[in-house]
Amino acid sequence: MATTDVKYLNPVDIEIKNNNKYCRFKKMGIKYIDYKDADFLMRFLNDQGKILPRRITGNSLKFQRKLAIAVKRARQIAILPYVADNLK
Amino acid sequence: MNRLNVFIKFAAHKIINFKISNMNNYETVFIMNPVLSEDQIKETVNKFVSFIKTHKGTVNHEENWGLKKLKYTIQKKKTGFYYLLDFVSEGKLINNLEVEFKRDERVIRWKTIKLDKFALEYSIKRRNKLSNNKKA
Repeated sequence: MATTDVKYLNPVDIEIKNNNKYCRFKKMGIKYIDYKDADFLMRFLNDQGKILPRRITGNSLKFQRKLAIAVKRARQIAILPYVADNLK
Repeated sequence: MNRLNVFIKFAAHKIINFKISNMNNYETVFIMNPVLSEDQIKETVNKFVSFIKTHKGTVNHEENWGLKKLKYTIQKKKTGFYYLLDFVSEGKLINNLEVEFKRDERVIRWKTIKLDKFALEYSIKRRNKLSNNKKA
């Protein structure tokens, strides 16, 4: 009995990470996402060339929509690939 | 009553005319065949610039990106000459311009986009930046 009580005398340390996600575009005040800037768009793609979901990047809905349009335009003018592997 | 009718007709005519003559900002990126010589590239670019000018448009900015690698093959080509045109024109012109692009065999891909107010702001900023870099 005594030994089990001792275990719970000190509360177990659980590290609480405070990495709140935020929308980069809102924070940086970017109003227009340029489809010609491939290096910038590359941040929001995974290494297959797919657009990363909002739950990972933390974009707001408004800018996620604009981002998706920009990426698709970039693909049309062959700045970004439709399908790829090891993009990064 | 008669006067009122005339007035309404006049006003409607004005509004319609205003809408028709409404100018928009557009931006076109097009990719040309990599086999072309420099003169041929200049020729094709001049063709489209003069096409816009003859149809009451004004070209604000031209940008040559040079020979770039394509991320995927287009018509079995792996590279292409990129060119950017910023212009102001009526919406009617765009359809004709696209037809011109389609008919020209030297152009392998093109994309025209209407600029909204944020995009316009951005493109002007970008233009100024580039011109400053050139001077310095």
